[in-house]
Amino acid sequence: MERKAIFSAKVGLLFLAPALIFVAVFLLYPFVRVFMLSFTNQTLLGATAPNPDWVGLDNYQRLFDPDRWMRLGEFGSSLKITARFVIGSALIGQVGLGLLIAWAFYRKKGFLREAVYTLVILAWIIPETVVAFTWVAFLDWEFGTLNAVLEAIGLGSPDWLFNHPLESIILFNSWRGAAFSMLLFSSALETIPPSYIETAEVVGANAWQKFRDIFFPLLRGHILTDLILITLWTFNVFTPFLLTGGGPVRRTELVSIYTYRTAFQGQHEFGKGGAIAVVMMLINFSLAIVYLLMIRRRRVEA
Amino acid sequence: MSQITFENVVKRFGSVVAVDHVSLTIGEGEFVALLGPSGCGKTTTLRLIAGLEIADNGRITIGDRDVTYLAPAARDVAMVFQDYALYPHMTILENIGYPLKVRGIGKQERAERVTEVARELQIANLLERRPSQLSGGQQQRASVARAVVHQAVAFLFDEPLSNLDAQLRLEARAFLKHLQNELGATSVYVTHDQAEAMALADRIVVMRLGKIMQIGAPLDVYRNPTNTFVASFIGSPPMNLLSGKALIGQGQFVMDDGETVIDMHQVYQRLSNPPQENESITLGIRPEHITIHTEPQPFAIPSKLYVVQPMGGETLVNVRVGSKLVTVRLFQDEPPSLPEDVWLEPALEWSFVYGADGERIQ
Amino acid sequence: MNRYQLRTAISRTLLVLFSVVMGAFFALPLLWLLTAPFNTQANLAVTIPETFSLANFEAVFNNKFAIRALFLNNLIIGGGVMVLVATVATLASYGLSRTRVPGRDVLVYILILFSSVVSGTAAMVPLFLLIFNMGLIDTYLGVILVMTGGLLPSAIFIMRDFVDSIPRSYEEAALVAGASSFRMFRDVAFPLVRPGVMVVAIWAFVNAWGAYLIPSVLLRSPEHMPASIAFYSFYTEAGTPNITLVSAYAFLYTIPVLLLYLIVNWRFGFRFFGGIKS
Repeated sequence: MERKAIFSAKVGLLFLAPALIFVAVFLLYPFVRVFMLSFTNQTLLGATAPNPDWVGLDNYQRLFDPDRWMRLGEFGSSLKITARFVIGSALIGQVGLGLLIAWAFYRKKGFLREAVYTLVILAWIIPETVVAFTWVAFLDWEFGTLNAVLEAIGLGSPDWLFNHPLESIILFNSWRGAAFSMLLFSSALETIPPSYIETAEVVGANAWQKFRDIFFPLLRGHILTDLILITLWTFNVFTPFLLTGGGPVRRTELVSIYTYRTAFQGQHEFGKGGAIAVVMMLINFSLAIVYLLMIRRRRVEA
Repeated sequence: MSQITFENVVKRFGSVVAVDHVSLTIGEGEFVALLGPSGCGKTTTLRLIAGLEIADNGRITIGDRDVTYLAPAARDVAMVFQDYALYPHMTILENIGYPLKVRGIGKQERAERVTEVARELQIANLLERRPSQLSGGQQQRASVARAVVHQAVAFLFDEPLSNLDAQLRLEARAFLKHLQNELGATSVYVTHDQAEAMALADRIVVMRLGKIMQIGAPLDVYRNPTNTFVASFIGSPPMNLLSGKALIGQGQFVMDDGETVIDMHQVYQRLSNPPQENESITLGIRPEHITIHTEPQPFAIPSKLYVVQPMGGETLVNVRVGSKLVTVRLFQDEPPSLPEDVWLEPALEWSFVYGADGERIQ
Repeated sequence: MNRYQLRTAISRTLLVLFSVVMGAFFALPLLWLLTAPFNTQANLAVTIPETFSLANFEAVFNNKFAIRALFLNNLIIGGGVMVLVATVATLASYGLSRTRVPGRDVLVYILILFSSVVSGTAAMVPLFLLIFNMGLIDTYLGVILVMTGGLLPSAIFIMRDFVDSIPRSYEEAALVAGASSFRMFRDVAFPLVRPGVMVVAIWAFVNAWGAYLIPSVLLRSPEHMPASIAFYSFYTEAGTPNITLVSAYAFLYTIPVLLLYLIVNWRFGFRFFGGIKS
């Protein structure tokens, strides 16, 4: 699409300059620096702080050491935990919930819709430390509301944070993040012209046929791109740290939390932290590529 | 094909009464147009037949079935929407065949029946394409093809030609009428374009604010509008309507400006229920029923020439009567040279008088 | 009752049931926030206080450090990020929109994806070193700059749609009338894009208000810490939280975000947020 220019390139560049500086300093530079870091034994304190040594692939070997890496508190374990977390929270929890709610309120208006939407969005925007704390209270074995409800319907009262920490953060993050998918699917549904659905009704399709032949094909692209996005975000999320601190005994140590512990606690190993970050970025990158490809395919199909 | 009836149907949306005690009967094989401006209730009426809206009061029947509360799927009607509603993720073949797929008819048979209908509508070569690859006119025909394949008991059209450009619209119009003749399908057609309604329908239902203003065959409604709304809505250029007061005693009509007086006693004589003295009335006369004279005539209306518009096949002359512009239609292509002062002679049998309530005074 | 009315009644009932279940799921964890702050005997359970009291809030206000964190530091950081993000993003997306840049859309997409790859958690190590080397550890500026960098790509993405939808005719008229580019931007273009700027500003502020990771990594002294970290000042030496104080503090901390949500919802509705990245 031809866009007429109002500015000369020079003036346009001036407008862009501040943003370009920020991007260069806070996106490009860390990206490059992280690679360099991962090949050193840089730490925050001690001898290797001012004078880090080049260690080649040492950090990576330590991360992926086949003898050790799957133990709790090591990188492999955190990868495994994160994978479970992402599948449970992103795929099932957030996308599932979001789709369900958007679908339930499709073409409906009124108080019920507004109330539910507001609650879902509030869960998303309330500051993370607050939300983490309310969930600590919610999940508390003795006093928590969840157990109060479960007891009332006769399902017992497990110690969530201690015995089921991964389920707890999965539940928590699904609750926290459903809003995005809900809004996304809601607006995707709204782009379907009512005449499409009405034609199907007049033609004689039942609810299942409508879903299979109309809704699902039209939404499929949105569902896939949403899945990728949510996966990307969930993979990088740090908030569960505020709920469990990565524990008990490192059982909920997501990759993001593992990075934090490696670089900002204990030995403050920045080199190793850099290596983890590189791996993270590689995973992010693959997800991003898949997303790009899906977006393009959707554009072509439309 | 089936008959459709409405018995005293009411439909409200919040505080707005969209369909206000409407009763009508559409015969088997009849092509009925629902005509009116936006908000008149014509689309709601159509959707009530389809089952996309459910009536608040009254009864709707299709054939001998009471369908008032039935879901659309149970009513067995076919509908063509203004935006054609062709699914972008299906081929044209799949789109047209969808009514059959929903009924569990096998792929082979679907393909056969769709191809047959597509051939009739001259889109058989487009079956493997996607809707976005078709032109507007082709999409429209595909949408109609789907309705035909449905083999329903009635066809419903919601302004199906509005999205086409003017030239295409005329072609499509002719095509639709031909098709309906061939199929003998009971059809209900919503439009705001009076020319379309006139050209296509066996009967026109003129609607306004949820009520029926008049029902009749096109020529009936044209020649005999029973109220000022129908009189002004049907016909292009529209009927000339002059409002003022009846001076029965003097056999005259004075326009709203208080000055222009028209001799009316010949018109009043023909009325069996003439208006009261000083009653507000409206005088109606179609542009083609006025003769222009260049010399004063008894009973003719004096007026001043405003503009002459040569239209090609005919000529329109606008004149000023008092403060109003009156249009006269001359069936000649050469514009006459007219002096500034002209006299208009309306044909007596086509001069209509409407009362203060807009209803025709006979 | 005929079949239609029955059908409608059933589907309505199902919807109500669904809403109640969903509503409960999303509301229950938050209930505690409504009861505990007002209860001097508060524990982790949700109990209606016997006497509705504001004593917890009083006690919170006695904690000078936490109050400073909330009412000063959060505002400085939040405000700083808001102003910086809004300004830079508006200038950038305006420049992008009104200058002929080949492959502009692709550029923005690449920017967004790049910022997703170099996420906050992946970049925290090099960013720390960067800020450390710039001598900005433990300063507001360091935190503001880093947060701005992180939010900028998305902000530009959001602004882009706004700016594109504004017709150029007003700006062209101003230029023809003799205004310089910057003058025209200030007097004509900026007022037109103001709604978009407000949206981005509020979004950036809410993000900065609630942030935990970046402040915790980049700040050292208690005087500079925002509320998200100041929470821990209500913990005892043993490491257990003082529930009455924590709940009251959390309540105060949440109010501004709630208010902003209500304002945005009232003026814009939330629909466009779903348009991001879709």
